[in-house]
Order: sequence, then C-alpha cells, then structure tokens
Amino acid sequence: MTPLASAADLPTSFCGIELAHPIVNGSGTFDAIAARRAFGPALEETFPFAAFVSKTVTLMPRQGNPPPRLWELPGGLINSIGLPNKGLAGYLTHDLPELAALPVPLIVNVMGFTRDEVAELVRAFAEREEVAALELNVSCPNVETGLIMGADPTETARLVERVRPLTTKPLIVKLTPNATDPGAVAAAAEAAGADALSLINTIRGMALHPRTGDQWLGGVTGGVSGATVRAVALAQVADVAGRVRLPLVAMGGVQRGRDADDLLRAGATLVAVGTESFRDPLAGARIAAELAGLRQEAPAPGAVAFHRP
Amino acid sequence: MGAAAEGLTTDDGRRTLAPPGRRRVTVLARQQFGAYAVLRVADPGGPPPRPGQFAMLAAVERWGGGDGERPFLPRAFSVLRARPGELEFLLEDVGPGTNRLAELEPGDGLWVLGPLGIGFGVAASELAGRRALLVGGGVGIAPLAILQDELTASGAGATVLLGFRDGLHSAGAALLRETRIATDDGSHGHEGLVTDLLAEELDRDPAAVVYACGPPPMLEAVRVLCAEREVPAQLALESGMACGFGACFGCVVPTRDGYVRLCLDGPVLDADRLDSALTPGAGH
Ligand SMILES: Cc1cc2nc3c(=O)[nH]c(=O)nc-3n(C[C@H](O)[C@H](O)[C@H](O)COP(=O)(O)OP(=O)(O)OC[C@H]3O[C@@H](n4cnc5c(N)ncnc54)[C@H](O)[C@@H]3O)c2cc1C
Ligand SMILES: Cc1cc2nc3c(=O)[nH]c(=O)nc-3n(C[C@H](O)[C@H](O)[C@H](O)COP(=O)(O)O)c2cc1C
Ligand code: FES
Repeated sequence: MTPLASAADLPTSFCGIELAHPIVNGSGTFDAIAARRAFGPALEETFPFAAFVSKTVTLMPRQGNPPPRLWELPGGLINSIGLPNKGLAGYLTHDLPELAALPVPLIVNVMGFTRDEVAELVRAFAEREEVAALELNVSCPNVETGLIMGADPTETARLVERVRPLTTKPLIVKLTPNATDPGAVAAAAEAAGADALSLINTIRGMALHPRTGDQWLGGVTGGVSGATVRAVALAQVADVAGRVRLPLVAMGGVQRGRDADDLLRAGATLVAVGTESFRDPLAGARIAAELAGLRQEAPAPGAVAFHRP
Repeated sequence: MGAAAEGLTTDDGRRTLAPPGRRRVTVLARQQFGAYAVLRVADPGGPPPRPGQFAMLAAVERWGGGDGERPFLPRAFSVLRARPGELEFLLEDVGPGTNRLAELEPGDGLWVLGPLGIGFGVAASELAGRRALLVGGGVGIAPLAILQDELTASGAGATVLLGFRDGLHSAGAALLRETRIATDDGSHGHEGLVTDLLAEELDRDPAAVVYACGPPPMLEAVRVLCAEREVPAQLALESGMACGFGACFGCVVPTRDGYVRLCLDGPVLDADRLDSALTPGAGH
C-alpha cells in the first residue's frame, strides 16, 4: 500500500474547516457511494480525499445527456455527462445520509437554472449540519437571461448577493474557464460575499465521429479535463489569486504532487483532483503523500509573487 | 489484505469487491490465438473475480502520464480466466490502448483495478434446472471461458456457441471446451451467424438460460430470439468507460428504468431490462 502517513503532516485550514491535508476531489469526478459498492468498507479505511465534494445537485432530477458521453484526448478527456442527479429531494433522502457517514467533511455542489432555484437549493442545505460548505456551480445558463451565470461578473454578483444571506456556511463559487475574464468574475464574486472560489471547471470542447464525421458526443459539445488543461488551470489560478484575497480551491489536470504544489505556489489553499481519479481511485491519497514528500525536502514556499512585464 | 484475498462478494454473489487502489502486477506470458492475444499476469493480492466481472488495465510504461499521447485512460477487459494468484485477459487490437497492451512482454508492468462490476448469475436458483447456453461473438468470448470453468466445476455444465468473422479469429475458440462454431465466411464450422446456432438449440430444447457476450448486433439478435421464446438471457454489454468504478457517469446505457452505469450495474444485464442491446458508442 502507498505510505499515506506523511499526508497527515499537511494539516490545512479552509474557511474554518480543519482538513488533514489540502487534497480534495473535483465535483463529479468521484462518487463515494458508487465507490463503496465497488470497493466495500475498505474505501473508508483509505479514503483518498481530505474533504468530499459531491456531484452537482439540481432542484429537479436529471437523466443527463444521451451516450456516448466520453471522448479520450491525448492526455485528457472530453465529457458530456450532462449533470445527471437525483434532484434535491432524492439527494436529501438517499445520498446525504450515506455521504454524511464518510470519514471527511462534506461539501455539497449545487446548480440552478434561475437565481430562485439556486436560492432554494442553498436554503435546503443551510440548516443541515452534515454539510460543511456549499459550492455553487455557475457554469450553466440562466434560463431567464440566457447568459451563462458564471461567464459574466454582473450575473455572478447578483447570484451571490441573492444567496449569501441564506446561509452562514462557507460559500464557494466554482468559476467557469469559459469566460472572457475569469479574474473579473472572481472579483465580482468576492465583492458579493463569496467565502472562497474554485477553478477551473472544464473547458468547452468537441469531437467528431472518427468514421462518419458526425457528432460523437450525445451532447454535441462537452468539457475538456485532465493533463491537457493543466497549463490553462495554472494561468487562471495565478490570475485569480492576483485579483482576490479569498482562499482558492485549484484544479485542472493534477496528476502528481508536483502539479498540486504548482497550484499552491500560484496561490491556492486546496487542490482538487478530478480526471486522475479515473486512472487511479486512490490518486488523491498518492498526490497528498507526494506533496508531503516535497514538503519534507523544502518547506512551504507560500504563494509566489509573479513578475509581469 | 486478508479480506481481499478471500474475496468479499455482494449483489447475490455476482460481485467480488475490488481492493480500492489499482495494483501493479507483472505480465507472466503473452500467447497468440489467431487474431487475439492472451495476457497472463501474476496478481498475488487480488481477490477471485466472478465470471463476467472485468478489470481496468493500463500499461505501467508508455501510457498517458501527461506526456501527450493516447492511451490516457485505462481500458476495460473481461476476466478471461482466473487461477489463484493469476489472471488472464483476452485482447483484440483495435486501437492505441489494446495495441499497447498486446505488445507487453513477460516481466512488463501492468496496472490492474478490479474485479469490477456485476457478473453473470449462475446460482442454482438462477438456472432452476434449465441448461446454460453460452453465446459468444469475437472477443466477447472472453467472459464465457471463466463462466464455463465455473459451470463445469459446479457440475451444471454448459453448451457453448461461438461466432467469428473468419478462420484467423476462430482460433480463439481453443480457449473454451466443446464448442460449436459459426464463421461469417464458413472457414470454420457453420457458415453464418452464431445466432443461427442459438435458434437451432432453442428450437430443440427451450429450457435454457442464455449467457451472451459479443458485438452489439449479435447481442441484439440474441435478445430478440430469447424474448420471442421467453427464454431468460443475461447479456454482457460494452460501452466506453473512463473509470470503471462509477465515478464519471460516462458509461451509461439506456434501460427500461433509464440510464444505468454499465460499470456499476453491469456489465452483465438481464435482457428483459433492455429495449435494445444496440448501445450507442460501443463496438467498432
Ligand atoms: C466491460 C467491458 C469488457 C471488455 N472486455 C474486453 C475483452 O475482454 N477483450 C477486448 O479486447 N476488449 C474488451 N472490451 C473492449 C475494450 O475495452 C476496448 O476495445 C478498448 O477500450 C479499446 O481501446 P483502444 O484504445 O484499443 O481503442 P479506441 O481507439 O479507444 O477505439 C475503440 C472504439 O472506441 C471509439 N473511439 C475511437 N476513438 C476514441 C476516442 N478518442 N475516445 C473515445 N472513444 C473512441 C470508437 O468507437 C472505436 O471503435 C471490453 C469493454 C468493456 C466495457
Ligand atoms: C466526468 C466529469 C464530470 C464532472 N462533473 C462535474 C459536476 O457535476 N460539477 C462540477 O462542478 N464540475 C464537474 N466536473 C469538473 C471537475 O470537477 C473539474 O473542475 C475539472 O474536471 C478539472 O479538473 P481535472 O482536470 O483534474 O479533471 C466534471 C469533470 C469530469 C471530467
Ligand atoms: S466508467 Fe466511469 S462511471 Fe462507469
């Protein structure tokens, strides 16, 4: 087994939540309930993340996109999963009790198609003590304005202003990289009362059927993740860290302790592992151990001040 | 570790739980059977898989790692055969992942995550006195070998019908015992489809449970034949997978109760859960 003990040498505080180390999962890239079915109780003994972020919950149940949903890239993946989930009521009845039993704090990721929907979701979790923090997935269109909520600073600010008074729990806004200026959106979210930001979500991408030349993905377009987005993530994290004072959860293509360390140097407090967990379910634990190894060689450098010409 | 070696089972004995991490194992041998390669690996820590379960495989060297090449994600393979401390997989080279695996040599490293998924239901209650009819097409014969081993060991026995494109592929039939063979070009056995043989068998004696794995059109023909005759069938399906343990929601297939993740609720599904076995994006 991987020597995990050293990961315990990296205690991290995030929005008042005490974590064993700074490695969590990206929403939608690890289903702890499914993993328990595949691996049994051994999963809890080696749980790879310091906090668990659940897959996006919407108000109503969603089936998700028609298959095929996956396209492999050199060093990455396009997914058009389409946010399948049981909906708020199903999540509260079936998923929340099981996720509350995990050995780590729970962060619930929510998304709505109107500000009212997001407000209803936030209100529903505000009083649940099983929930340590809420993450707002703003990578979807507001059906009232047609704008991607997180692509526009004003839209984002209005959303955060609306839901901020509804909960005392930490509110993390998950930024979309598909915005003209993610730094401006980040600043707007901070001004509107967000407690933390997470980035990057997947980058829009598309693939054609190798034989017919027709669309490959059932959802036509999807989101690119994995090693191939790592450089984009690093640049966006550095930009956003330069614009806000909020703690950041950084992700995008993290495969090794070295990649996590880069994002921490760029200004992140936590690092999330997504696609790499598909290659190895215990990747989170391995990356935490590798990071601890790097820290033994050299202490935490703190965020680096990059010099721009 | 102890629990893993004994193999904890769930889902009515159709799932052996996997250890939660991928294991680095060593290739012991690679043997060619016509168009197919059999990879035999040492897996000392691995629990015994149930027939129909699969594993996610990736070569330790030259497999993704962020340096810009496909394959990047692990690939799903049925367990062909299991002995204590050893696993066998059957490979057909159809793209970069299977190509890389099919060139592994004894001593090379392999990542294995598994056994995964829910396998075939072979309990006496499942068969209820009926005979087991195994129907395989192409590389889909893989999970039928371990299934035949199990049915032979339990004394239930099995009738095995296999279909292949041509003589080069029908060499794979040597991996099972007492087989009836069909080839598209007539180079080996019956000239035509394996489902011709299935129809013949079911007409002769319909008291059977059908276990099938193969390309989607074959599975769909099996499904229709069995549905017409009210013969229960279990189909091992295929779909594109990224993780194999329910993490990505990428492998869904449509069933009568909506989409199910094939890696978690399959790959073996009861045929009466499906309106069609022609799953999008699977097969070649
Ligand atoms: C449960 C299960 C058990 C299986 N058991 C076996 C087995 O025992 N033996 C065996 O040989 N195979 C088995 N398979 C199939 C095997 O997993 C695939 O053949 C393999 O993943 C192909 O990978 P590749 O890189 O060689 O080919 P790929 O290039 O991935 O091509 C395979 C197919 O995927 C599609 N495709 C092409 N390019 C891409 C891309 N970039 N991204 C996504 N899809 C693409 C096309 O439809 C193509 O025909 C099984 C599959 C499943 C789900
Ligand atoms: C298959 C898949 C499903 C995802 N589902 C969600 C989701 O439900 N909600 C969300 O906020 N992000 C989702 N993401 C985005 C990831 O959380 C993460 O932001 C992104 O994948 C980048 O990290 P990575 O390169 O390490 O995967 C998903 C990503 C993938 C690959
Ligand atoms: S392959 Fe990822 S959920 Fe099935």
